[in-house]
Amino acid sequence: MSQTISASPVRQIRKDNPMLALVGKILLYIVLTAVAVFTLIPFVWMISSSLKLDREVFVYPIRWIPETFHWENYSLIWQKVPLLTYFKNTAIIALAVTFLQTLTSSFAAYAFAKLRFKGRDVLFMAYIATIAVPWQAYMLPQFIMMRSMGLYDTLVAMMVLQAFSAFGVFLMRQFYQSVPTDLCEAARIDGLSEYGIWARIMLPLSKAAIATLVIFTFVGTWNDYMGPMIYLTRDVNKTVQVGLRRFIQENSSDYHLIMAASLCSLLPVSVVFLSLQKYFIEGIATSGLKG
Amino acid sequence: MAQAAAAKKRRMSKLERKNTLIAYSFIAPNFLGFAIFTLVPVVFAVLLSFISWNGGALDTMKWVGLENYAEIFNIDKVIDKFADGIAAVQAGDADWNKLMEKNFLYFFNRVDLGIALKNTVFFTVVTVPLTLVCSIALAIALNKAVKGAVAFRTIFFFPYVASMVAICVCWNFMLMKDGPINQLIMGLGINFNKSWTADSTMAMWAIILVSVWRNMGYYMVIYLAALQGVPVELYEAATVDGASKWQQFRNVTLPQLKPTTFFASIMMIISCFKIYDVVAIMTEGGPGRSTKMLVTYIYESAFSKINYGQASAISMVLLLIVLTITIIQFASEKKFAND
Repeated sequence: MSQTISASPVRQIRKDNPMLALVGKILLYIVLTAVAVFTLIPFVWMISSSLKLDREVFVYPIRWIPETFHWENYSLIWQKVPLLTYFKNTAIIALAVTFLQTLTSSFAAYAFAKLRFKGRDVLFMAYIATIAVPWQAYMLPQFIMMRSMGLYDTLVAMMVLQAFSAFGVFLMRQFYQSVPTDLCEAARIDGLSEYGIWARIMLPLSKAAIATLVIFTFVGTWNDYMGPMIYLTRDVNKTVQVGLRRFIQENSSDYHLIMAASLCSLLPVSVVFLSLQKYFIEGIATSGLKG
Repeated sequence: MAQAAAAKKRRMSKLERKNTLIAYSFIAPNFLGFAIFTLVPVVFAVLLSFISWNGGALDTMKWVGLENYAEIFNIDKVIDKFADGIAAVQAGDADWNKLMEKNFLYFFNRVDLGIALKNTVFFTVVTVPLTLVCSIALAIALNKAVKGAVAFRTIFFFPYVASMVAICVCWNFMLMKDGPINQLIMGLGINFNKSWTADSTMAMWAIILVSVWRNMGYYMVIYLAALQGVPVELYEAATVDGASKWQQFRNVTLPQLKPTTFFASIMMIISCFKIYDVVAIMTEGGPGRSTKMLVTYIYESAFSKINYGQASAISMVLLLIVLTITIIQFASEKKFAND
């Protein structure tokens, strides 16, 4: 990706007027840096405030670097908020959803992409039809159903809610369709069962697509706010997002602690993103539009 | 002969049956979950909008036809006001501005649904072009050979993966009365000394600001991919023809990006109509009803007022809007494919 960016068409053409090109370049860096600062400023402010005392947060003029670093804020929040429970719940939900979603949708996508059978198009139409339906339009009946199944205020509710989305099936099917059918035919002649083809040929080939699906599902589930807010009421069941929100509502003037807790809530996803961002970017570039 | 053919056919259909069975075994795990937790609720949602129910025992459900819709549109009052307005115009003693506000636009100024629609549309109409312009500009800038392009891309994209609660509460603080943004604004000599989210005009702009800030990196990535698909020959030809940078942008880059822009706009419009998280965390729809959105209204009816029928009727309004946009997209997809 980085290489494709530097091999840009515009540069190759602009060889005339080096002075103008230099000025343009400098301007470009100034603009890019300005936007980068604008993008990062909330995070910088978050870090800075999380190391202050609450009365220092809104002093005039603003101090970006705290007078003394109050690292104790970070130990304080672990006592004031059951952050560990929240993290554990979120991790359980996110991992379960990611696992279920990836497994079942790659399984289903194989049949939709490579097998011929009665009812295939009708079933697939059902997926297509609902991908356009916003979740918010049917969250209430879904909630009523879940409640009648006794799933209200359980982690299981959050898992089944997100594990079977049409998006995953879509993404994987799109990828499997680009795998040559001859490959499957050859494997079939060699005596591999359909399950064998899926496990030994399709899965290994679709590592990139699976990586994309995994991080999108994981980050999406980790950051989900509305679902957990509707379903999870007891503190032992709350996720990081709704737990943090509750903490904010109950301690609305402990700015420094709120910022410290917010920063902690950002860390896991940041680590996932920074280490896997290649798949993120490629995933959006190739499937973002159709997804 | 005929017997052999029939036997072959039987064998074939047996094989076919086996294949179908295998195929269904692949689909079943996902489809069962999908059917129970998505398909059934979708159908249920449509039905529920014609039913009056507050979540009590099942036998308290009552079929009310279009009553929920009449209620959310406040149709009687809206028609009354409209008729009053027309009567006043005919009588000739009309203060036009007042009539517009109190009578003809009664729905958008007084009725919850009208206000939610107006706010959501306003939010969409401002956010989508702003995000588009920012993301195209960033993509074009990064597509030039800049050092550290990957670092810039990572930075611009980062807000998109950061969790809503953390970033919204942080922006909320930054936009407070004595926050850094107001300090900056005051430093520029503009006298604004109020928390953005406590001001009925600025609250909406706070939400727009956060939305654009959060999403521009995502669409930038989409545009970067699209820009790399623009054939170099086009720029070469344009340079040979003596086209300036601006002309190249206008006549080569933009037209080449048109399909991407179209799809990005559609995606953005749909996600704007579904906005909830930012509003719920930053303003809770307030102050007053100034940032009340469609989904905020659905949530309130469903989970605060526990008026399930009404909530479902509002959901159907949202569904109808999103479906219409999707149909436009499908129709145009064919057109773009033919171009």
